[in-house]
Amino acid sequence: MTNHWIDLANSDCILIMGSNAAENHPISFRWVMKAKDGGATVINVDPRYTRTSTKADIYAPLRSGTDLAFLGGMIKYIVENDKYFKEYILNYSNASYILGEKYGFKDGLFSGFNADKKAYDASNWGYVLDEQGIPKKDPTLQDPRCVFQLMKDHYSRYDLDTVASITGTPKADLLKVYEAYSATGVPTKAGTIMYAMGWCQHTVGVQNIRTMSIIQVLLGNMGIAGGGVNALRGESNVQGSTDAGLLFHILPGYLPTPTASLQTLADYNKKNTPTTKDPLSANWWQNRPKYVVSLLKALYGDAAKPENDFAYSWLPKGEEGKAYSWLDLFDAMYARQIQGFFAWGMNPACSGANSNKTREALANLEWMVNVNVFDNETASFWKGPGMDPRKIKTEVFFLPCAAFLEKEGSISNSGRWAQWRYKAQEPVGESKPDGDIILELFNEIRTLYQKDKKARFPDPILNLKWDYATKHQFDPHLVAKAINGFWTKDTTIGDKTYKKGEPVAAFALLQADGSTSCGSWIYCQSYNADGNNMARRDKSDPSGIGLYPKWSWAWPVNRRIIYNRASVDPTGKPWNPNKVVVEYVGEVKDGKYVSGSWKGDVPDGPWPPLKNPDGSSRQDGKLAFIMKSDGYASIFGPGLKDGPFPEHYEPLECPVEKNPLSAQLNSPVAATFKSARDVIKSCDPRFPFVGTTYRVTEHWQTGVLTRWLPWLVEAEPQLFVEMSEQLAQLRGIKNGEKVVVESPRGSLEAVAIVTKRFKPFTVQGTEIHQVGLPWHFGWIYPPDGGDSANLLTPSVGDPNTRIPESKAFMVNVRKKGA
Amino acid sequence: MAGKSIFIDTTRCTACRGCQMACKNWNRNGASATKNLGSHQNPPDLDGNTFKLVRFSEVETEGKIAWYFFPDQCRHCLEPPCKDTIEGYVNDAVVLDDATGAVVYTEKAKEAPFDEVKTNCPYDIPRQNAKGQTVKCTMCVDRITNGMKPACVKICPTGAMNFGERDEMLKLAKERLALLKERYPKAQLLDADQVRVIYLVVDDPKKYHKNAVASLRPGIGNGNANKLAGPLRRIFESVIGV
Repeated sequence: MTNHWIDLANSDCILIMGSNAAENHPISFRWVMKAKDGGATVINVDPRYTRTSTKADIYAPLRSGTDLAFLGGMIKYIVENDKYFKEYILNYSNASYILGEKYGFKDGLFSGFNADKKAYDASNWGYVLDEQGIPKKDPTLQDPRCVFQLMKDHYSRYDLDTVASITGTPKADLLKVYEAYSATGVPTKAGTIMYAMGWCQHTVGVQNIRTMSIIQVLLGNMGIAGGGVNALRGESNVQGSTDAGLLFHILPGYLPTPTASLQTLADYNKKNTPTTKDPLSANWWQNRPKYVVSLLKALYGDAAKPENDFAYSWLPKGEEGKAYSWLDLFDAMYARQIQGFFAWGMNPACSGANSNKTREALANLEWMVNVNVFDNETASFWKGPGMDPRKIKTEVFFLPCAAFLEKEGSISNSGRWAQWRYKAQEPVGESKPDGDIILELFNEIRTLYQKDKKARFPDPILNLKWDYATKHQFDPHLVAKAINGFWTKDTTIGDKTYKKGEPVAAFALLQADGSTSCGSWIYCQSYNADGNNMARRDKSDPSGIGLYPKWSWAWPVNRRIIYNRASVDPTGKPWNPNKVVVEYVGEVKDGKYVSGSWKGDVPDGPWPPLKNPDGSSRQDGKLAFIMKSDGYASIFGPGLKDGPFPEHYEPLECPVEKNPLSAQLNSPVAATFKSARDVIKSCDPRFPFVGTTYRVTEHWQTGVLTRWLPWLVEAEPQLFVEMSEQLAQLRGIKNGEKVVVESPRGSLEAVAIVTKRFKPFTVQGTEIHQVGLPWHFGWIYPPDGGDSANLLTPSVGDPNTRIPESKAFMVNVRKKGA
Repeated sequence: MAGKSIFIDTTRCTACRGCQMACKNWNRNGASATKNLGSHQNPPDLDGNTFKLVRFSEVETEGKIAWYFFPDQCRHCLEPPCKDTIEGYVNDAVVLDDATGAVVYTEKAKEAPFDEVKTNCPYDIPRQNAKGQTVKCTMCVDRITNGMKPACVKICPTGAMNFGERDEMLKLAKERLALLKERYPKAQLLDADQVRVIYLVVDDPKKYHKNAVASLRPGIGNGNANKLAGPLRRIFESVIGV
């Protein structure tokens, strides 16, 4: 979230699309209802009428996998009806940039496409630069090669008829949504988006979110109270684990994972540290070398020295251009390229797309360690359906771990708040907190390396800084302090001297010379000389807009709303004086600020605003979007693998043969795999219905934690498949009876819920049916609960994130025995 | 009429079922083995382990879908017919708590014939548990008297469940009703003058649940006939020595 949960209450229009917040983030509705009390319009766009829809002022159905077309139509509506916030996009976005000659788009493909490699050369998507090397701009937005005009041209194809024929949304509903949402394109109104996996899990997942980001910029909704782009994180503590570098492509604090070609720290920094020629751009990532060196100091302590490049060579490095995502790992495991596997707090036999492939892959391992609270389909895969235990050689170790109430530590929520939690009770039996398991595991590994004189490449193991135990037990406070960071030697900066061992106050002080150690720069300040800021529980709210700055702690530097410099006009005055996020208050002489400071939320940097009250430009001001190297929000976004403007493509498995928008049916660069278990069948009469997966309030992820809780199982006891009355009639299916749902990859039995809440879609003149299933169930427990809906989903993915396309695929539904 | 009330604003209910779980948690009620019967409502009805049940109802009117949620529970009637029924058989089996107005069954309630108790409830609330006890919602009177809100109110994230002094709850309910009337002409409070658990709905109550209002159960809720039935019968039975 750029904003945070409570901030939803500040919104004038809440679009809930790609998520089912009332069911899957139930507490969020405390704030959604508060927004409604204040007069907000709530819009819900979903293939199915859900518990969320019941609270929406406007509900619009759409076929799974067509969100981008829906939103592209909204961009067209905003531009053609002058609903955009012109002053905002001129000052804070790249709308006025002039694009270079090489940029082009033709019939579904951007310039620079290499059909053999199935990849784009993004160097074709550059801007025209002026003499200083700064992109040329046309403040009139009239130049036919400016971003605004090219965007207008790009989305001119997304007219109501075309969009409706793709999404299956009635035109009247499209218009209702466009009108209501685009009404927030004025300075005093805020619109926000609540999205989740319904947008991510597509081969155009990143571009779905990009489209909404463009809309939010066009309407001036970034940085303001009640606005922003808000991802509802699905698992506690997925925000924290992403921040901590859990994903393959990042180290803690969103530092890119090094690749093999970057042999030295200098190479790494050169590639990953953006530069700008514009003195008005803060280009915050120019500080990256400080964060990388501070991380290396946190990892290797005194062994990381200037003379050994701060031990950069000890970091693991990926092959150039090779991905190590979930889909890639299980594809490699399926191909017997991986021998050992830790499934830690996870149940991949049910959670990953194409579970049959995953389950077979597990059988190709030599060993697997499963760390979990309860037995699950991964730990016991070898005795699961279709498995012959006699033929499976995988040795499985199960380590019982403590549940969340049995350990202390921090949890980071979607709104980036790191909140400290205390231990409520001791772990049961021999189960241990994950921290203790990791601690003991690594101690053992290090001992093995110490003993073995022939051990290969022992340096990263033997030199790892590993001082996180108190009395031989994992101590979360020591880890939290290491993440915050400390001075490694007495250091004087200006007139202030910092003592060795003293916590670093905040990340602006981190250094690239080894004088600071910091486990994750974005968490610097979370546990400093003031104490454990994550444990704060002060309910005061001087902002009046629900920032609660002394409740827990939010990264970065306790900023509650990111990009808040865009909540003010270029002179520092709030666009909306009724909901002030930040405001520049200073002494003015002759129309110019002579002194001043920011009030309200922690601003995006201390610099004064871009202009003086008389409108004259200041040389010491900074552009609003400080994390972008050029300082501007990207309406044109050349940094992605599938194009600088979002473009609608059908899911890889789809019910149509043609894409009315172009000759390109599917994403030309989607991540695909070639194993025997990777079967994709588009427009195959054997699989005529669109399928999707989702969740219910009562269960959690694959259900490992909830399927053993009697009250929750009583409320949602069995796998179900929801379908329209029309589809049920077509297939002769009665409500409540068990039916078979099958895809090209697997088959399941599920209880039919025949409902008025699903309706057939009219797509390109044809009636298309859709069904949906939750993925919370598994064969272990409860008895007759059903198996994972991921037996049906395809292992294909988004080219940028490689997240699987679990939200749109093709299935058949039939009566048992039919 | 003093005492406490619960105001249930169904327009704020998202059917998260936090109330259903919190009720089981506080009352230490277990779960039954259920099946999915083609609905998300589960267990299918109130039972000996379920004093609070969120009912789900799909309604389609002129092509427009509505999905109504009704967190069903004992209404804690101001003049509870169940008390009369039960005490027609056994004394001191039902406590009508002075301070709160909560209607609470004691162990002795099981001595009254269950079918009659159930039938005489205008809202079909009382159930028998596995031990043969007659049970229902207690308004969490044990929590209230210790300064806490009822469990179902405490957990509700959206403001659908509200608890407080009866006059305050009635005021809140009427304010909310006035606001919703503009958009929903059928908006109404259910039996607000007769019960302590006051529901606000925006459509015909029977579209939410067949027993949403008292008048919907045949032969019940229309005055003194039933109210007298229990005590009269007890006098009669004592005379003939049953």
